[in-house]
Amino acid sequence: MKWAFLLLAAFALMGQRDALLVPEVSQHDVQVRQGFTGTELLLFGAVLDPRGRAGQGYDIVVVLKGPTEPIRLREKERFAGVWINAESSDFRSVPSYFAVASSQPIEQIVDQKTAAIYEFGTRYIQLSPSGNINPEDDRRFARGLVDLKQRQGLYKEDMDGVQITQGVLYQARISLPSNVTTGTYTAETFAVTQGRVIASAESQVEVRKVGLEREVEFFSQNFGLLYGALAVLLSVLMGWGAGRLFARL
Amino acid sequence: MDVYLPIANLSVNGLWIVALGALTGVLSGLFGVGGGFLTTPLLIFYGIPPTVAAASASTQVTGASVSGVIAHGKRKGVDYRMGSVMVGGGIIGAGIGALLFRFFRAIGQIDVVINALYVVLLGSIGLLMARESLQLLRGTASKQAARRRHHPLVASLPWRWRFYGSGLYISPLAPALVGVVVGILTMLMGVGGGFILVPAMLYILGMSANVVVGTSLYNILFVTIATTIMHSLTTRAVDIILVALLLIGSVTGAQFGSQLAVRAKPEVLRLVLAAIVLAIAFRMFLGLFYQPDEIYTVYPL
Repeated sequence: MKWAFLLLAAFALMGQRDALLVPEVSQHDVQVRQGFTGTELLLFGAVLDPRGRAGQGYDIVVVLKGPTEPIRLREKERFAGVWINAESSDFRSVPSYFAVASSQPIEQIVDQKTAAIYEFGTRYIQLSPSGNINPEDDRRFARGLVDLKQRQGLYKEDMDGVQITQGVLYQARISLPSNVTTGTYTAETFAVTQGRVIASAESQVEVRKVGLEREVEFFSQNFGLLYGALAVLLSVLMGWGAGRLFARL
Repeated sequence: MDVYLPIANLSVNGLWIVALGALTGVLSGLFGVGGGFLTTPLLIFYGIPPTVAAASASTQVTGASVSGVIAHGKRKGVDYRMGSVMVGGGIIGAGIGALLFRFFRAIGQIDVVINALYVVLLGSIGLLMARESLQLLRGTASKQAARRRHHPLVASLPWRWRFYGSGLYISPLAPALVGVVVGILTMLMGVGGGFILVPAMLYILGMSANVVVGTSLYNILFVTIATTIMHSLTTRAVDIILVALLLIGSVTGAQFGSQLAVRAKPEVLRLVLAAIVLAIAFRMFLGLFYQPDEIYTVYPL
């Protein structure tokens, strides 16, 4: 049903000269509730050439990005035999999540400059380093940060992650782990041919906590004292209850 | 069993967390230590953010010590007067600790400071306890050790009170100072401080051994309540779901622990505790010198 609608929409837009890109995301609203262990998003859609026919030779790249945050990254160094924090570097826009998938390895479809402009890859993420250290240090810190995030499952690259069927329909599966940050995620889709990005489209995915999980977070953020008192009460009651229970046994 | 933790922002296997709680519960009932020095590192190892781990562990210790205090209180194992003096000192200490925490965090050395504190404190206390209990077990020097009274410096402090439960006539300034030190460490290291409190009561204050465990738990109970409130107001890192899971394990564990404690020989208990404390100190010691798994750490701005 959805596919049919997409195709229809694609034909309706046929008058344009650029390639047509009609993207869709399987879920625009990811609900984080009890038992959430992560989820898988399906980014799919259709790509057609300007005359509305199956586009030959198009490559598709999809980029899913989480909300950004400023951070300070510290680096440990050996000092008199002991590992202590030494240098640090600030980054003003670090995405909490970053995934890129493409139908072919990026270096085979675009040059480095284009890849850097469109952030086609974890090494091209625009982290906005600040501070006065030299570019070499910046690169070292950025590599460290990306490596750390990759091992947390929050940054990933899949150079074979987009399947294109019959030159028209494409799909990519991107998994969100349970430790994702809530907020607005942007899913960008790019159609690439002959080393150029010829069409792009963006859609949004809202990741939010619902139900008890949302209440708990809201309560802890806005009523700290009450929340703390409640936590203490829970502890004391459970401890006391167990004591009573065992005394009777 | 997957459980999503709303403050820690990740999903965990609930059964592992309950098992971890049970382990620390047995320790707390058995030795009168809160078990925070074990829970916090293990939670961090599991992947829980360090601040959430430390804050939630302190709340869990509250619950584990309630059942312990009740169990020990029934057999007259708590000196409430001594305990309350220490709590007073502990709350002042927690405030000082919070300031120190902020200072070390600002200069970016908080994790090094915490590691070094663990090594120095756990190492020296573990060695002290191991030596003492080995001597007691072998029968050498057992008479002197059993008759040992409080430290000479304690006797020189003015303004004496009678502490009937502990069998002492000393200045309340001594236990209050002990409380301050423990309070600072509670805030800095995210632990209840029982592993410092118990030896301090035995070797510095010279309290009679049968009230040491109960009084230590009594002090931990109130200091961790204060710490929980402080965390809820500042770091907002107490995860109530994580706390509940840990508690299910630890309150039952604490009951078994305190029943075992009555039956076991105190010298053997102390040797076992010394071994655990030394093992953790040794692990932390290696951590200072070996290349860490993570060279880079992220601090939100």
